[in-house]
Amino acid sequence: MQLTNRSKVVSNKVQTAMEQLYLPGILKGMLITGSHLFKRRATVKYPEETRPVAPVYRGWHVLKRDENGAERCTACGLCAVACPAEAITMESAERKKGEEGLYREEKYAKVYEINMLRCIFCGLCEEACPKEAIFLTDRLVDTEYEREDFVYGKSKLTEKVDKRIDVSKRQTLAVAEFKKLPGLKHNEMWDSKKIDKGNKH
Amino acid sequence: MLTFIIYKLIICVAVFGLSLAVAAYSTLWERKLSALLQDRVGPDRAGPFGLLQPLADGGKMFFKEEIIPNVSNKFLFILGPSLVMLTALMTGAVIPWAKDAYVGGTLYSMQITDINIGILYLFGVVSVGVYGIMIGGWASNNKYALLGSMRASSQMISYEIAMGIAVIALIITSGGTLSLREIVEQQDAGLANIVWQPLGFIIFFVCALAETNRAPFDLPECEAELVGGYHTEYSSMKLGLFLFAEYINMFISSAVMAAFYFGGYNFPFAQELYDAMGLADGSKWIAIIGFAAYFTKIFLFISVFMWIRWTLPRFRYDQLMNLGWRILLPLSLLNLGITVVVEYFRGHITF
Repeated sequence: MQLTNRSKVVSNKVQTAMEQLYLPGILKGMLITGSHLFKRRATVKYPEETRPVAPVYRGWHVLKRDENGAERCTACGLCAVACPAEAITMESAERKKGEEGLYREEKYAKVYEINMLRCIFCGLCEEACPKEAIFLTDRLVDTEYEREDFVYGKSKLTEKVDKRIDVSKRQTLAVAEFKKLPGLKHNEMWDSKKIDKGNKH
Repeated sequence: MLTFIIYKLIICVAVFGLSLAVAAYSTLWERKLSALLQDRVGPDRAGPFGLLQPLADGGKMFFKEEIIPNVSNKFLFILGPSLVMLTALMTGAVIPWAKDAYVGGTLYSMQITDINIGILYLFGVVSVGVYGIMIGGWASNNKYALLGSMRASSQMISYEIAMGIAVIALIITSGGTLSLREIVEQQDAGLANIVWQPLGFIIFFVCALAETNRAPFDLPECEAELVGGYHTEYSSMKLGLFLFAEYINMFISSAVMAAFYFGGYNFPFAQELYDAMGLADGSKWIAIIGFAAYFTKIFLFISVFMWIRWTLPRFRYDQLMNLGWRILLPLSLLNLGITVVVEYFRGHITF
């Protein structure tokens, strides 16, 4: 009785004289491999070429500065609380006189570390941040030889004053509305053109 | 006398250097071609287009730790790879690279030596190469190495028989000469030997694959079963010599096949081309063009060797022996019989 039609009849046929010669078969095989000479290479020559990433790719975090170059982070710890992988630790400190150009508010993160081996790049830290200080970027996390080297401190996370990192792809209008950011129109970080562009995609 | 010695010295060094250079760049071409056949890019980091890759590989080999097992026979252990390399390099001596050419008023032969038993010399030297592998495997005092070397030597010996009979048929076609130069010169006047020896060529080609331990007959060194075969215990440059000798053998067997069956440095309408260019016999340019033609053929053969390697899976040991003894040997005998009949009607042999 046939229950399904998935069974196959096993064929155990004897090779014909032509097949026993092997040479036609070998020639056929060589033509197949030979045809691959002219096919497109699958290789991406990595350091020179990179794969295109999605616009919302989540990679290596950045700690943003404001337009004056002062760090936005106030070490509130919401990102560390939000982090499901418990990858973020920080130590806060009070801003001293004369440091107004370095830190935007009176409290700042003296130490801010993300363990890149623990991080799952979910982006919840970014969502939790009330100060728009942390963002995930499309940069890939480097390879290292030691596990300790994957704990990124402020030196690797904070953006350089002269080398700003564009996060407009992740800072869209939808995000701003979700966070109900006050003074949206006047906020320096919300460039209206970029928001329009972000909305289309 | 002095000029003679200098001339011989120069040509010896030239052939030596050529063999090594071609073998070195064969390794690069092998990797490149395998990559191309598998939709990859291949080595392209060391120098432009990866051209310095063979140097990098060689340098790496030299800096590897040299391990000679305590239980091995040290003298034989070192003798093994040396012998393999020596025989691989010696075979180049009888190959005619180009036509004779006048250099400074004297006619020089572009061949180290044109002995009248060139083919015998070639086969003799190739057979000695088996000793290198056998000694290397035995001196390692390791069962995998011994098994590998036994496989290698039995394979080479088995296929030498069919190869030898294929060559006998070739010798009959080319009028009983054993000199490689004469075989090549005859194809200059008439057709290439492949026209008269198509079956012989196929047999020779298959045997050449087996003789050089190339895929699909590379089971002496199959990593999966024999942990590297006869060179299991070898490291550093001794291993390098074994691997390198394989490439030299591939180069020489390509050269021999091109000379035996495809007219060596001759090519169709060569004389017409030389006449059109106004080159007299013995011109340097004839030698250079002929050498280039020869090298093109060798390059194509080497590429086909590699193409086969990256297409076919490996033979099983019993299949290998079956093919050698029960298919190729009767086929080569059949080929010999057909050749004798054909040559009788062509008038090359009389009874």
